[in-house]
Amino acid sequence: MTVGQYVICLNGVVRREALRWFNQRGRFISALVRPLVWLVIFAAGFHFVLGVSIIPPYETYIPYEVYIAPGLVAMIQLFNGMQSSLSMVYDREMGSMKTLLISPFPRWYLLLAKLLAGVAVSVVQSYIFLAIAWFWEIEPPLSGYLAVLPALILSGLMLGALGLVLSSFIRQLENFAGVMNFVIFPMFFTSSALYPLWRVQEASLPLYWLCQINPFTHATELIRFALYDKFNATSAAVLVAYTIVFMIVAVIGYDPARGLMARRAGAE
Amino acid sequence: MSPDPMLADIASASQRPAPVVSAETPLRVEGLSHAFGPRKVLQNIEFSVERGDFTVLLGLNGAGKSTLFALITRLYHNRTGRILIFGEDIRRNPSAALKRMGVVFQQPTLDLDLSVEQNLFYHASLHGLSRRVAEPRIAAELARVGLASRRRDKVRQLSGGQRRRVELARALVHAPELLLLDEPTVGLDIESRYFLLEHVRHLCREQGLGVLWATHLIDEAAEDAKVIILHKGRILAQGAVPEVTRAAGATHLKGAFEQLIRTAGEGEQLP
Repeated sequence: MTVGQYVICLNGVVRREALRWFNQRGRFISALVRPLVWLVIFAAGFHFVLGVSIIPPYETYIPYEVYIAPGLVAMIQLFNGMQSSLSMVYDREMGSMKTLLISPFPRWYLLLAKLLAGVAVSVVQSYIFLAIAWFWEIEPPLSGYLAVLPALILSGLMLGALGLVLSSFIRQLENFAGVMNFVIFPMFFTSSALYPLWRVQEASLPLYWLCQINPFTHATELIRFALYDKFNATSAAVLVAYTIVFMIVAVIGYDPARGLMARRAGAE
Repeated sequence: MSPDPMLADIASASQRPAPVVSAETPLRVEGLSHAFGPRKVLQNIEFSVERGDFTVLLGLNGAGKSTLFALITRLYHNRTGRILIFGEDIRRNPSAALKRMGVVFQQPTLDLDLSVEQNLFYHASLHGLSRRVAEPRIAAELARVGLASRRRDKVRQLSGGQRRRVELARALVHAPELLLLDEPTVGLDIESRYFLLEHVRHLCREQGLGVLWATHLIDEAAEDAKVIILHKGRILAQGAVPEVTRAAGATHLKGAFEQLIRTAGEGEQLP
C-alpha cells in the first residue's frame, strides 16, 4: 500500500462519516440545540447566582455565560466522541464493521481514520456553535478562533479515542444508555465546565482531585485558554497522554487475536 | 559458477517442514482448529480452492461455516493451523492476503442511508482505489448485476435481492481473484437466488476466480462443482460432487449428505 492509497482510504472514511452525519438531520440539530439550551437557559438562570472572580485566562470579571461557553464546546466534542462510538457499535451490530475490518490497511490505521473522521465532524460543529454563541456576547478575540483549532483537534482526538475504547467493550446498542449515565454525565459534572475548580476545592477536596484527573477538565481548560490566545501546557500534556493510552487500549480491543471481537464471538 | 551444494542443502531443508503451497492457489487451509473457550467449533480443517473452482461449503446451521469465514477473513485470528491466500499466510501478511479477496457476508453490510454508488466508492477507498480508478469498475460491476440505473438510489429503496446484488458488485470492485460468500442466498426469492448463483458460476468459468460458497441448501452444489461437507466442525467428505456422491454409495448428493451425517452419529432432519 502506497502513501497515496493511505490518503485515499482516510478520505473515503471521512467522506462516509460526513455523508452519514449530513443524512441524519436529527443528530445534527440535536448536537447544536443541546449546548444552546445550556447557554441560553441554564446560564441565564445562574447568571446572578454564581459570581466568577478573575481567574486565568480571563483578565476581567466575566458573566457566567462566558465562563461556561468553552465547557459547552467541549461538551459538543464529548457527545460527538460518544456518538461515533455508538456508530461503531451500530456498525458492528449491522455488520458494516466487517466491511471496514477486511480492508487490507492495518487495523490501527483504520481505527485512526475512523477517529479522524469523527474529529472532523466535531470541529465543524464546535465552530457552528461558537458562531451562534457570538450573538450571546461570547466574543473571544478573533485570533482565539484560530488558536482554538488545535485545541479542538486534540480534545476531539482524546474523546474520540475514549469512544473507541468504550465501543470495543460495549456488547450491544442498548448499553449506550449506560454510557450516558456512567460516562457522559459524570465526566461533565466532575469537570471545570460548569464551575471553576477553586469553588469545588472549597466544597470538597476529594471531588477537586477527581476533577483534576478527569480528562474532560483538561479538554475544557485547553479550549478555554486557546479561545483567549493562551496556551495551557499542563492540560495539553494531560490530553496527549490520555489520547495515547486510549488509542492503545482501542487497538488492543479491536485486535483479532486478543481483543473482545474474538472473545465476544463465543457468546454468539 | 556451479551452485554451492551446502546452500542447496540448506534451501531444501528449510522447505521440508512446511509443504510448499503454490502462490497460484487462491485459498489453502491447513490443520485449522478453533474453539471458543471449551467449545470446539472447528477441528483439523484442511482443504484448497483452486482457480476456477466453484467450491460449495455445505453444512447445516451451526456446522462452523461462519466461524471458518471469520477466520479466513481475519475477523478472528487462527491460533492453530495455517490459512494461505495465494501463498500468503493471513496471520503473517494480512494486507497482501486481504487485497486479493472479495467477501459477501451472510449479514447485510451496506449503509442503508447512502446511495448504491456511495457504498461502492466507500468500499473502493478501503482498498486504496482512487475515484478515477474506481468509477469505471463500479459502473461495469453494477451493469453486470443489472443495477446500473439504480446507482444513485439509496440502498434503503432496493429490494432484498437487489441489495445482495449490490453486495456482490461491491465484493468485485477491487478485482479480487478469490471470492468468499457466506450463505449469500438466505432470504432471497427463487429468481434472485438463481441470478446470484448463475452470475458467480459464470465469473468462475470466465475469469478463473476461485470461489468458496457456503450454504445449507444442497441444490446449490451442481454436478460440476466441488463440495466440502462440514458437520459439527469436521469435514466429513470433500471433492467433486459425483465423487463424493459415489464414495458415499448414494445416487445424488442429498442422499450422500444424509448418509454421511448418519454415519457421523447423528440422524438429523434436513432442511
